[in-house]
Amino acid sequence: MKKNSFVSVADLSKEDILRLVKSAGSFEENPNRKILEGKVCATLFFEPSTRTRLSFETAINRLNGKVIGFSDAATTSSSKGETLKDTIKMVSNYADLIIMRHYLEGAARYASEITDIPIINAGDGANQHPSQTMLDLYSIYKTQGKLNNLTITMVGDLKYGRTVHSLIVGMSHFKPEFEFIAPEELRLPDTYKQFMEEKGLSYKEYTDFSEEVINRSDILYMTRVQRERFTDLMEYEKVKNVYILKNSMLKNSKENLRILHPLPRVNEIAYDVDDNPKAYYFEQAKNGVFARQAIICDVLETN
Amino acid sequence: MIDNKKELQIAALQNGTVIDHIPSDQLFKVVSLLDIENLKTPVTIGYNLDSKKMGNKGILKIADKFFEQDEINRISLIAPAVKLNIIRDYEVAEKKLLHLPDELTGIVKCNNPKCISNNEPMKTRFKVIDKEMVTLKCEYCEMKTKKEDIVLL
Ligand SMILES: [Zn+2]
Repeated sequence: MKKNSFVSVADLSKEDILRLVKSAGSFEENPNRKILEGKVCATLFFEPSTRTRLSFETAINRLNGKVIGFSDAATTSSSKGETLKDTIKMVSNYADLIIMRHYLEGAARYASEITDIPIINAGDGANQHPSQTMLDLYSIYKTQGKLNNLTITMVGDLKYGRTVHSLIVGMSHFKPEFEFIAPEELRLPDTYKQFMEEKGLSYKEYTDFSEEVINRSDILYMTRVQRERFTDLMEYEKVKNVYILKNSMLKNSKENLRILHPLPRVNEIAYDVDDNPKAYYFEQAKNGVFARQAIICDVLETN
Repeated sequence: MIDNKKELQIAALQNGTVIDHIPSDQLFKVVSLLDIENLKTPVTIGYNLDSKKMGNKGILKIADKFFEQDEINRISLIAPAVKLNIIRDYEVAEKKLLHLPDELTGIVKCNNPKCISNNEPMKTRFKVIDKEMVTLKCEYCEMKTKKEDIVLL
């Protein structure tokens, strides 16, 4: 119903992604503008996420918009049993835009159906986190100069990692080669393999984190392997040190290789990698502000 | 002669809709999906009737009611093989087939407990992404449901 909302990566066409990536680039060149002068943006965080909220609020502040909202549902009426619908309806009377994070899956889609103002999904449970995907896509575009025909290697928790799943969907327009490296228990779910097969995309799966795969990659996308994801703790003990990237593993990697990570990291990237010019995860986080400026201006149709 | 007597288990209909060969265990779900409780016209419900083909079946005879295609498609999920005849002046005027619709609203429950549709007073909405295999995808949490896991509301 609301075509101007930003809810799921699956809604984005190739043209949408390219437009947003280019717009993010122009915000990086010139981040401080008065585009949102006179606009009120609501950040509704029904589940706390300081990192994502600060990134969105920085994006709004740099464009001279005003921010209202809450950072934790415990302080809001939804903890008193108010429905999501009533909260969204109420805030829609005050704001020009709602950026929301919710612990329930599909919350942002539902919100976009009950209000006339744009909704930006800042994470809905285990389902989607599309602004993270946009910053990943922007980081890939910026470091490689293109999105087409890249070899993307994803490492770690490919079963539960929603950033991995969304990046597969987002990259699927650009003829990538995917390489997936994960322990048996955390392999990529079949539904994403089917998706790639339907799109005619090639992929390979490995349980070994070998230099051979690193050496043919353009992007190495690392994720956390978390203890609580394992049903079998013996299995966790066996694999917990297998999916760690060390600087020595990068010595024969391609010149243009960049290492991405959605952050925060635990131990999956050794500290000696940080000084390698191929380490890109800190700049990647900075790109989040530009990607979010692009998303906000896109849904508000400011240009 | 005996066959004719069996036909008379249920009264003949002058004008309306006959839905035959409903699996008995789905009959009352069909009644509810077609919102028959709220009709004002006479309705005959046959339950656990003998059927050569099915062993046992249900039948609905609904006087003076002609369903729209998207109304009757609502039951295609639970009773895809029903025979639906439109009766005018005691004669079968038209036979209708059921088609699984592209979208199902308010019929199927989402099996994901963390889906917004299980936590707000709202209707569920599914896309039918594979009509042959009957695979559904929740429009909210984006989770897929296979035919054997479908739970009706
Ligand atoms: Zn759902």
